[in-house]
Amino acid sequence: MAAEGNSKPAKKLSLKENYALLTRGLGWEPSYEKKEDIFRYISFEGVKIHDWDKWEDPFRLTMDAYWKYQGEKERKLYAIVDAFQQHNGQFNVTDARYVQALKLFINGITELEYDSHRGFNILAREFPGVGPRIAAQMQSLDELRHATTQIHTISQYAKYFTGMNEFPYQFDRVWYLSIPKSFFEDAVTSGPFEFIVAISFAFEYVLTNLAFMPWMSGAAFNGDMATVSFGFSAQSDEARHMTLGIEVIKFLLEQDPGNVPLVQKWIDKWFWRGYRLLSLLATMMDYMLPKRVMAWNEAWEIYYEQNGGALFADLARYGIKPPKRAPETIAEKGHVAHQMWSVFYGVRDAVGFQTWLPSDEEMAWMSEKYPDTFDKYYRPRYEYWKSLEAAGTPFKNATLPQLCQVCQWPCLFTESGDPTTLSLRESEYQGQTFHTCSDGCKDIFDDTPEKYVHAWLPVHQIYQGNCFLPGVDPTAPDFNPMYEALRYMGIKPGIDGGDYKGSADATNWENWTSRPANIHEGAYTDAVRDTANPADASARKTS
Amino acid sequence: MTVEIRTKGVKPLAISFGHLQRRFGDKPATRYQEATFDIQSTANFHYKPLWDPEREMFDARRTAIVMKDWYALKDPRQFYYGNYTTTRAKQQDAIDRTLDFVEKRDLLRGLSQDTRELIVHAIVPLRHYEWGANTNSAHVSAYGFGTAITSPAMMNTADRLGMAQHISRIGLLIDGNSGDSLQAAQALWTDHADWQPLRREVERMFVTRDWFEVFVAQLLVADALVYPLFFQQIDAAIAGDSGSALSSLSDALMRWYEETAKWIDAVIKTAAAESADNKALLSGWVQTWRDRLLPTLTPIAQRALGNKADDALAATTAALNARAAKLGLAV
Ligand SMILES: [Fe+2]
Ligand SMILES: [Fe+2]
Repeated sequence: MAAEGNSKPAKKLSLKENYALLTRGLGWEPSYEKKEDIFRYISFEGVKIHDWDKWEDPFRLTMDAYWKYQGEKERKLYAIVDAFQQHNGQFNVTDARYVQALKLFINGITELEYDSHRGFNILAREFPGVGPRIAAQMQSLDELRHATTQIHTISQYAKYFTGMNEFPYQFDRVWYLSIPKSFFEDAVTSGPFEFIVAISFAFEYVLTNLAFMPWMSGAAFNGDMATVSFGFSAQSDEARHMTLGIEVIKFLLEQDPGNVPLVQKWIDKWFWRGYRLLSLLATMMDYMLPKRVMAWNEAWEIYYEQNGGALFADLARYGIKPPKRAPETIAEKGHVAHQMWSVFYGVRDAVGFQTWLPSDEEMAWMSEKYPDTFDKYYRPRYEYWKSLEAAGTPFKNATLPQLCQVCQWPCLFTESGDPTTLSLRESEYQGQTFHTCSDGCKDIFDDTPEKYVHAWLPVHQIYQGNCFLPGVDPTAPDFNPMYEALRYMGIKPGIDGGDYKGSADATNWENWTSRPANIHEGAYTDAVRDTANPADASARKTS
Repeated sequence: MTVEIRTKGVKPLAISFGHLQRRFGDKPATRYQEATFDIQSTANFHYKPLWDPEREMFDARRTAIVMKDWYALKDPRQFYYGNYTTTRAKQQDAIDRTLDFVEKRDLLRGLSQDTRELIVHAIVPLRHYEWGANTNSAHVSAYGFGTAITSPAMMNTADRLGMAQHISRIGLLIDGNSGDSLQAAQALWTDHADWQPLRREVERMFVTRDWFEVFVAQLLVADALVYPLFFQQIDAAIAGDSGSALSSLSDALMRWYEETAKWIDAVIKTAAAESADNKALLSGWVQTWRDRLLPTLTPIAQRALGNKADDALAATTAALNARAAKLGLAV
């Protein structure tokens, strides 16, 4: 402002200086209202922050730079999405079994992006510091992007395949979708510090690569250019989010030694909850991808045991230990995928995607990948079920399974050292018994039973008669409770789920693409034979 | 690889998502519709939020406004993330050219000392007003109900950070990137008598809980007073004395304000038309916040406009009243 300053040439600013000038100092100490009335949620968890300015914003993006950078990514992404739609890219995937995995994605994952958007939005309002607020806003906006781009790409699939057309409705109601739904609602309904440790650190930093790498390579390997495109476009957002995750942990640990036990408790909890959620990927990787990329146990070894090991060794100097229940995840890695797929196969008439028994070729792959477990425990089961299918008396489970009060998975897991005994735990709270699937989930319940007693457990709700559409009369003579519960959940009975062979998706696939609906089993219908041998087809027409 | 498909047999099972067909009929959906309608969860919530145990995680009861369908509050700009960011990126390209033009020619630094001081005194502190608006807009999107309103509110939150940074750049163009003007502006915002009444009301919005009231207070009333007063009236007064260097930079702010007003107006109009109760609430909020905010602008308007301040404030108020009346409110 001084006259002499004005005659000098303007100073050149580095990016860092520019960011600091445009950002720091935007906030101010309020004096007309009390700080605790403005930022109401930052003290009840017991975290102590002495200096918010010590939080270095890891992104250092001004808003205009964000718009330009993200706008450019969107331009590129939508060019691909447009081309994908124009060229019917949905038919480029390996076969329609791949699409069953996409159904889990749009119905179970897309709304998590939305919940994440909301969670970071709350932080963007409630954190007192400017740096953390801006970081949270940008992530909130990014998460809105992820939900949006997933909807825009997968909508093309939803037009041609069953079971994808009611994703927001299903997310709130389908029994196994309460696994992801309860996970994110647990995080968002926690305090802001627990949320950011849960999502930015435990989920994004520790576990996200595990979800991202196999999922993206699986999509690429199976010809799904739409998913690959939004996935890779989201990855540069993800890199920022992971940086936030590690920054926030260090910030909390450095601010006050009293924060260490709290952070440790949240790491233990959210590592376990995140692991349970992501192990849904185990079924996808081992069973649902027609062309497989790696087995679940290999992914867990690379992305948790190796990478996570290094991370926690690094955090030891703060007094942080590896997650309490990590050993269980390692003990289970040869079992979870097979146990989950078995349960889904059994209740296939009550799910919104189709299932099948693994082919001989697929079972050979699993024997190789899981030498200690597959042939011993799971192959005999599948071979038995195959024989039942061949005999025309396929195995079906008519009752829905008991769910874990915390992770909401069916209680299908077995004891760590004993794969023939189901792992079941019980806790008493206010005179009632609550069931959990594991020590990890029981720890979580016992720490905060007053929170988890409110869990909306779909199977309980169904059996209590709370899941019927208006106008349904449970006393009517032809009342079918399972059929009505499926309609309530937004699943079309007999269409969205059931056996893959003979399903609308498999049959349409062969009619539309003239390619087999299961590359491991050959064609199910004449539609494939017709074009495979044109002479054949014309001969039949003229005869 | 292109796949041969028997196009004659290929008919989509559905032309759009089920929830969109139920709203808009059996026709192709736009990307705005796909990204917006019915996206937020509405049922079977699992836990009581530790920060608000009386309500659900998403809960329509965080405002006194009642809507039969929260998705009636559409955004006429039809923004979803993709067209929002590409629109802003394009606008920023134009803004950058102007910033560059002004910087290269030292247009702001070349102004008289009085004018530069006036801009630092009367314009640059608004970066804090924008940061306050960012907080208030984040409150709307964090606690609002239904993606139709919260998604554009999230974008507005980002916009307000962008506006705060644009105004900061005006300061840097004056102080030659030393940051002195930003420091001076912060001291003005926190301590100078001219700015305290406005800061008082901004902080009052910070403790206002009803998110729809915050929406009205910040985005309808406060912005409708602040933007035209500072970026038209005061800007014009400065231009009259010193040329249009500042106007070339305020122009982006006014354009943004006018674009955003289309969304605000659509929301208010629809909510007011929903019921007599809504109309009464909204009208009451407009009156209350107008009567609180208007006097706060007098000191700074007098400093910048001298004896024309009363006329400028009267014109701004009349415009707000006319706008509110047009939206169906009784003010
Ligand atoms: Fe995301
Ligand atoms: Fe569990």
